[in-house]
Amino acid sequence: MAQIAMAAGFILILVGFYGALTNRNILRMIVAFTVADTGVNIVMVAVGYMRGRTAPILDETVPVADALSRIIDPVPQALVLTAIVIGMGITALMLAFAYRFYEKKRTLDITKCTELKW
Amino acid sequence: MSGLVLALTVLLAAAMIGAALVAVIGKSLPIAILSAGLVSLVASVLFLLLASPDVAMTEAAIGSGLTTFLFFFILGRMRGGEHD
Amino acid sequence: MIRKFAAILLLAGIASIFMGLLFTYEPDAELNTTARYYAERTAADIGATNIVTAIVVTYRGLDTLGEVTVLFLTAAIVGLVLAHGRRRTSDKRRLAPVGELLATGSRFLAPLIILLGVYVFANGHLTPGGGFQGGAIIASGVLLILLADPCRCLSHRVIDTVESVSGLFYVGIAILGIVLAGGFLDSHLLPRGELGALFSAGAIPLIYALIGLKVGAEFSSILAHLSETEEL
Repeated sequence: MAQIAMAAGFILILVGFYGALTNRNILRMIVAFTVADTGVNIVMVAVGYMRGRTAPILDETVPVADALSRIIDPVPQALVLTAIVIGMGITALMLAFAYRFYEKKRTLDITKCTELKW
Repeated sequence: MSGLVLALTVLLAAAMIGAALVAVIGKSLPIAILSAGLVSLVASVLFLLLASPDVAMTEAAIGSGLTTFLFFFILGRMRGGEHD
Repeated sequence: MIRKFAAILLLAGIASIFMGLLFTYEPDAELNTTARYYAERTAADIGATNIVTAIVVTYRGLDTLGEVTVLFLTAAIVGLVLAHGRRRTSDKRRLAPVGELLATGSRFLAPLIILLGVYVFANGHLTPGGGFQGGAIIASGVLLILLADPCRCLSHRVIDTVESVSGLFYVGIAILGIVLAGGFLDSHLLPRGELGALFSAGAIPLIYALIGLKVGAEFSSILAHLSETEEL
């Protein structure tokens, strides 16, 4: 099961990169980046998954004494929690700059951005 | 039980990849944005199956909720620029 | 055409690396050393039942402080980039009135959504959820208010005050940890309490509530700035 999820995550990363490389519309590139972002998160969570174990939350079904043999690795989850929040911040930043670009150029085509070409 | 979960995982993975393809290749930009939100929503169910409820909640609230709205706020201000 | 070919060639390279990773992947049968430490010690040391929360707030608390700082910077930059050159249009633009259903529904639902957000971060150390999730839910409530009444400019002053006060208290508690407990961001400031009770796990509920308020205010400020951009 972890392998299926991991494969899906890898495919999402590839699809996202493909979109970011081949689209010329800035908004579509940002959409593709969010897809790739989701893919990375899925791969990281899938690495932490272990067969036949449950979430790292102690309660009646997972007593403290059994925790070692019952829970999955909590570290990737804490990492992904951070990654999702920061990913949303990055998306907001990219969108704000895309808006400024459109304000200046009246277009969303990345090939019209020629100031830094030599 | 395990077989059912496995089938559900395969189904979710297929749905996610399909939505991602629509988001990247599809013609209409609003549909692409909604598909990206759908990818996140399906991913949050997948996180739940992978025994990480914390991540699932974050992904559902942030990845598929707020991010989609950010895109639509910006898209709403850029009428006419969406055909590259 | 050549661009597309180069992109596909690059992706094929990345895909072959991914294939190698995927086919040689062996899931662990046992928890690794770090995870075992967390699994064994969290209940006795920290007193939180949600181990992810214990990692995010206490064991890796400094990372979380950095993350909140990055989020603050993002909100500030978004505000800066979008506020630059914004013309003050005095005329309330001819916005179509929102439906009665949305206006009444948002008045009823927004407080409930914000209450749910508070519940999620107040129980972050016991159940799935916590400051980031709760903050995002609060921001969804603010988003509903924004959608229902686009003409009313949301008070940036309130959002900024909540944001800076909770950030100040977060750092203040972190520094108190040096003085009264084991170190920066140590949660043993308050008594550990009984495992599974609402007031337990030391300062974790307090810190997570402050993180929740700060994250909620930051997301709300990003959303408010983006929704107030001008129609081009």
